[in-house]
Amino acid sequence: MEKEKLFEIKDLRISAYNEQKEEIRIVKGVTFDIHKGEVVALIGESGSGKTTISLGSLAYTKPGLHFTGGEVLLHGQDVLSMSPIEQRELRGARVAYLAQSAAATFNPAITIGEQVTESAVLHGVLTQEEATKRAVELYHALELPDADRIGFRYPHQVSGGQLQRLMAAMALCGNPDLMVLDEPTTALDVTTQIEVLKAFKKVIREENSAAIYVTHDLAVVAQVADHIVVLYGGEIMEQGSADQIINHPTHAYTKRLMAAVRPTPTAGMGTAVGSEHDRKVPAIEVKDMTAGYGGIVDNEPKVPILRDVSVKVENAHVVGVIGESGCGKSTLARVMAGLLPQARGDVLLDGNDLEGSLHDRNLEELQKIQFVFQMADTALNPKQVIGDIIGRPLEFYHGYKGKEKHAKVVEILDMVELPAEFATRYPMELSGGQKQRINMARSLAANPEVMLCDEVTSALDSIVGANVIKLLTALRDKTGVSFVFISHDLSTVASFADEIVVLYAGRVVEQGPTDEVLTPPFHPYTRLLISSVPEMRIGWLEDTMNKREMAVGIAKGVEITKVGCPFFNRCPMGIDGTCESESPPIRVLNDGHEIACHRTVEELEAAEAETQQILHGYERIGEDKQLPSAG
Amino acid sequence: MTEENKTKEEEVIAKLDTFDELPDAPPKRRIKLSWVGKISVAVVAFWLVICIIGPSIAPYHEMDMEGDDSFLDAYDNFYLGTDYLGRDTLSRIIYGARNTIGISLASTLLAYLMGITLGILAAVKGGWIDMGISRVNDAILALPTIMLGLIVIAALGSSIAILVGTAAVIYATSVFRIARALGQDIMVQDFVEAAKARGEGVWWIIRAEVLPNAAMPLATDFGLRLVFVVLFISSLSFLGLGVQPPASDWGSMVRENLQGLTYGSYAAIWPAFAIATFTIAINLIVDDISAKSGGSLAKKMV
Repeated sequence: MEKEKLFEIKDLRISAYNEQKEEIRIVKGVTFDIHKGEVVALIGESGSGKTTISLGSLAYTKPGLHFTGGEVLLHGQDVLSMSPIEQRELRGARVAYLAQSAAATFNPAITIGEQVTESAVLHGVLTQEEATKRAVELYHALELPDADRIGFRYPHQVSGGQLQRLMAAMALCGNPDLMVLDEPTTALDVTTQIEVLKAFKKVIREENSAAIYVTHDLAVVAQVADHIVVLYGGEIMEQGSADQIINHPTHAYTKRLMAAVRPTPTAGMGTAVGSEHDRKVPAIEVKDMTAGYGGIVDNEPKVPILRDVSVKVENAHVVGVIGESGCGKSTLARVMAGLLPQARGDVLLDGNDLEGSLHDRNLEELQKIQFVFQMADTALNPKQVIGDIIGRPLEFYHGYKGKEKHAKVVEILDMVELPAEFATRYPMELSGGQKQRINMARSLAANPEVMLCDEVTSALDSIVGANVIKLLTALRDKTGVSFVFISHDLSTVASFADEIVVLYAGRVVEQGPTDEVLTPPFHPYTRLLISSVPEMRIGWLEDTMNKREMAVGIAKGVEITKVGCPFFNRCPMGIDGTCESESPPIRVLNDGHEIACHRTVEELEAAEAETQQILHGYERIGEDKQLPSAG
Repeated sequence: MTEENKTKEEEVIAKLDTFDELPDAPPKRRIKLSWVGKISVAVVAFWLVICIIGPSIAPYHEMDMEGDDSFLDAYDNFYLGTDYLGRDTLSRIIYGARNTIGISLASTLLAYLMGITLGILAAVKGGWIDMGISRVNDAILALPTIMLGLIVIAALGSSIAILVGTAAVIYATSVFRIARALGQDIMVQDFVEAAKARGEGVWWIIRAEVLPNAAMPLATDFGLRLVFVVLFISSLSFLGLGVQPPASDWGSMVRENLQGLTYGSYAAIWPAFAIATFTIAINLIVDDISAKSGGSLAKKMV
């Protein structure tokens, strides 16, 4: 049966004009339809024009861009030829836009309820009472906690995932015909992402609304989209039903995108290290370290983050540190770098004690530990050329000057696979991936023993990120540098790290060689993280929601506790009376694999077997269901 | 799949493999002034030239009482008429440019030197140093500028050095606040933290990381501050505490010739006009520049 055609984009063309008045085509003739109750995903990397197209559906372009052709039809009516007043009525009322960052969308000084209902009331769609009632219904539909009263809170009083869902309530409040969602889950932790995806999917189905879902993440798309449009350079490469694109892609670009999707983290993904860089002592080690913010009183930080953390980084090894935001991953790296002196415990470099504060460390110690910041945009001084940025550590630590320094800069640029001409450029003249390479090149220039990489791939597109990882692996093999690789993305870590440290609420809950950590038995938190990584499979979201740890673990935030196991409130197998009050014992398995849990290894293994059984059971039910419809 | 599609597909994939290609270097961003801005630059340039070559082109000396009578309209060589002592108004304006603009420029430069040094120091060091300097600064800011100027000059006497010093201290307070705010913004940037992690000293961080990023907003503010100082010096002169007669200065010229207005003389209008052209022109240049740099200056203004 042909569904009602709600929205059509026909041969849409959008261009910019440069200073010489030449036309630069951004969107080059894009055509697709949306039917009622359908979610269409626009997928592509940065620069593919996906956001430009999605904004075009609101008859809006960013400043400097112009519609140069084509039609955007809502119920058969062209929105591009509407008067500005009609367009204003359209936006927010009939087509609603959800920006990427909920934190930036909400006004911190106004209650959530007021902001959610504002647009519907402003456009005269609903009265204030109707809108408030509708908002509460939506809070329930989006499974927000304390739904009847959450509208009275302020944005800072709810979690990031909840705020993201509230933004959906804001968009849906006025019953729009079409919702435009621009990367709504990209900046979230995997566990939060699931919670948000689930709520979005449910509410879209219940409201029978249509949506454009913009993202670069195919695995996410597989969960929510009915129809997928693959974009590259402002052109459609391929479009079709979700099943067709995910399971039978034909275009080479789509296949390429699929290859860059984070694979499910499994054992055997890490690379083995050669023995040529072996030494007796670890390159860097922290022992029983406690650290936090707000000053130190009696060897105890005022705001404690990390507690009794012990981590060893062997020479030329890559240690991946994972955990959700707020677990203390960056804090660990900052302590190692001396940016944050620890309250208790030791930091050792090559077996020698290091001072806590970098002011007390000597030049050689500083040179051996290099910190790579997360955002290359802010980590590079916009007023310095690349040659000066990379040249400074060369001069500062090694005394290179003049021609010698320049030759060295070129050599280092070559190591990060960038041409020598870059030395005279400013950071803003580079792309995101190139800036991140410069960011790493600056640390490399110091000729360090340990590089602390804080979420260096998180802000990059999947293909660009994959290239950065490839580069890091090559650098490790070539130079024998050890890496501490911090990420909230388990699959990236799994593909690159030799060892994994799982941090939860400032404590190490599990650590060991990558293969060991990623094979059962798992710490319940590790299990939760693994289950949360989206798989590029239609129906994965439903499957994973059926797992036990999901029922307990998601929709709750990280809380730092002083006693007991901090994971207790999210753990599916917590022991009442023990876990919340006593620190968990560290269970040592083979090959340095450690799990901090009150449950015994046998109990953890049994739980894993049970999970597998449940999963299998569901798969079989799924098969049964499919049989009659197929026949 | 058609042959054409196939080749297109290959093209895209080939592009992907070199996706980290050099993006075109963006054209160097130069500040282009609007026509208002250009006229303003011409006006400011004109006055600066007058400052330098003034005495050699003025028809009379500023102190010569060559006119036939006081408060005359333009006649013969007296293109703008005469003032209350029968001196040539045009010559006095030309001579006065030196005093008014010269003193203002010196004061503003000195104010900037003090303000930036202390402001950046407070931002970088923080803690007690920041607290100490900031509170003293707040205290000075709380006093009305003219009142403060009057008291200082009344106590120490009026000389050009004291005038410059007083104006500099008074205006250094607002420069301090801007420099401190800018410095604090920059100090929390990752690139400064990277420099700290590298072990760089305070002076290197200030010179290489902080100042280059603060330079543009501070430069635009400089123009604005100069205007305030011109008005301040003129106000002091108007009250008789600025440049002392018989030396000429635009502010005191307005005061001296005020009574001429009742006789229909323009002698007080011309120096006021000179002050207006110079200050408005500088304001327009600043507006033009900050509009071109995305209004970021407005945000930095405290």
